[in-house]
Amino acid sequence: MTTPRPAETAATAAAAAPRPGDWPLWEVFVRSRRGLSHTHAGSLHAPDAEMALRNARDLYTRRSEGVSLWVVPSAQITASSPDEKDAFFEPAGDKPYRHPTFYEIPDGVHHL
Amino acid sequence: MTTIAPEDTAREAVFDATVAADERIEPRDWMPDAYRSTLVRQIAQHAHSEIIGMQPEANWITRAPSLRRKAILMAKVQDEAGHGLYLYSAAETLGTSRDELLDKLHSGRQKYSSIFNYPTLTWADVGAIGWLVDGAAITNQVPLCRCSYGPYARAMVRVCKEESFHQRQGYELLLALSRGTEAQHAMAQDAVNRWWWPSLMMFGPPDDESSHSAQSMAWKIKRHSNDELRQRFVDICVPQAEALGLSLPDPDLTWNDERGHWDFGPIDWTEFREVLKGNGPCNAQRINRRRQAHEEGAWVREAAAAHAAKHGKATR
Amino acid sequence: MRNATATPALPLGDDALILSHRLGEWAGNAPVLEEEVALANIALDLLGQARVLLSLAGDEDELAYLREERQFRNLQLVEQPNGDFAHTIARQLYFSTYQELLFEHLATTESELAPLAAKAVKEVAYHRDHAHQWTLRLGDGTDESRVRMQRALDALWRFTGEMFEPVEGLETVPWPALHDSWATRITHTLEQATLTIPDGPRRGGWTAGTGRQGLHTESFGRMLAEMQHLHRSHPGATW
Repeated sequence: MTTPRPAETAATAAAAAPRPGDWPLWEVFVRSRRGLSHTHAGSLHAPDAEMALRNARDLYTRRSEGVSLWVVPSAQITASSPDEKDAFFEPAGDKPYRHPTFYEIPDGVHHL
Repeated sequence: MTTIAPEDTAREAVFDATVAADERIEPRDWMPDAYRSTLVRQIAQHAHSEIIGMQPEANWITRAPSLRRKAILMAKVQDEAGHGLYLYSAAETLGTSRDELLDKLHSGRQKYSSIFNYPTLTWADVGAIGWLVDGAAITNQVPLCRCSYGPYARAMVRVCKEESFHQRQGYELLLALSRGTEAQHAMAQDAVNRWWWPSLMMFGPPDDESSHSAQSMAWKIKRHSNDELRQRFVDICVPQAEALGLSLPDPDLTWNDERGHWDFGPIDWTEFREVLKGNGPCNAQRINRRRQAHEEGAWVREAAAAHAAKHGKATR
Repeated sequence: MRNATATPALPLGDDALILSHRLGEWAGNAPVLEEEVALANIALDLLGQARVLLSLAGDEDELAYLREERQFRNLQLVEQPNGDFAHTIARQLYFSTYQELLFEHLATTESELAPLAAKAVKEVAYHRDHAHQWTLRLGDGTDESRVRMQRALDALWRFTGEMFEPVEGLETVPWPALHDSWATRITHTLEQATLTIPDGPRRGGWTAGTGRQGLHTESFGRMLAEMQHLHRSHPGATW
């Protein structure tokens, strides 16, 4: 397994050392209405979690797009690697018995 | 030229197949270096244009002639900051930090759209920017929602959705002026006269002179040629100008039945190149203002970072 | 224009109008892009409040664009120039804390302002939180930011006494109690930010501030000139 890297940070991540005023990157997740899960909306910079949440509110919900927010430091996300996508995702492809359409049920049987 | 490792050839084949299948390239996928640098250049220029573009309009926030117009203009300029933010985020997924990009903007190593080097001299300019400049931008941007690079395409979906009010408010503003007093009508016509040609230049040099176009089209970063989009824009604007009761400053503008398009006069590319070189009316002013805001804000950004470090809230 | 001075909507509307204008001057100049968006949100909330309040007093545009300096009833605090970011935050902290307390009270009354106050109090709570968060970070950030924040708090302190002078039409407001709550909240924020409560009169003593009577500071006239010139240059025009 390769070293986990931030989800949306490229392999050639910026080498420059952060300067004192550089703020870290945060990923923003918005629940657009009750009953739905949080969905990735984008990212922003903030000095800390409290400000990240407020910046997210100002930026990503200014047209009433959300009822709840999550912010996560981008560096804290561990992502699967595209190089491993075959090992990760292909094995699931040949197990059709996990899906209800795999099974034949006689006509006239309901509520199954 | 460095030699290409065999695994890169295999990866390149995957990349080419993904683009050919009209699927999106995502941040951690392998991609050719030139694809990455083309995208960084284009997204950065786009982001810079959004934030430099705040200036000519912000110039009128404090003078907006009604409270309704003032609210609209503030919301619009705010959106531009937001759009800059979305776009810098998209560029960051390619491994280039926002601070790096801002440095390049401030030092003149990266460009922004030349259109913002023209001054907003009257209130009607706010309308002309909305109608023509945002109109041209939207014509350029809508195809970018299908750009091959996922984060850029997603940012553009959000930008285009939000931008739809920008063009409308500009048109409505000009309509009010055009139907208003004689002085207001003249103000509107003057603004359209000044912004028309620069708007046509926003689509970039003619296809036969555009250096990056062919490769960008092959990579599906770009979907239509400069001239194609320019023509589309002219065709859209002519009837809109008529409905406004304003004329477009081009005596050669005539309907060509054979082509099914409006013919228009030659564009003065000398002016375009001069403005691009830095000799436009506002190049120095725009960059200085941006640099000043950034420098004056340094102590604020440092204070917040220091506070986070002190209180164990820092993430790195 | 009907007799606009008769309703307390005018002074409160002027506060929101003028502060919104000052915040609008930040557009393109904020310390970081995220803050451009935040300051514009606050400015837009305030402008929205101003439009509702001024419309209760008359025609919003006539009131905003055709009155002379002496006819404006806003607090001197809100017309103070932006200064550096610390000055803007200090002004926000002082004013939004006041506005939140006042609107919390008005929302519970029979006043014609109650519906507006009930809606605006949620906006204002966010404004106060924004100012509070920044005061903590600037006060307890770097040496430079502490100096700047303290200087801003001290410089604007003299304009805070005026906020608790009785306002015509708002006789039911318990001003002294409001002032106590305000002082408690401000003290809480400043202590947490390791900042010092400015010296000077807390209550009853002389503080600058006669904005409610139409006496303003010098920079206000220039601000109005800029705000009104286009509208006034085209009498009777619609925009």
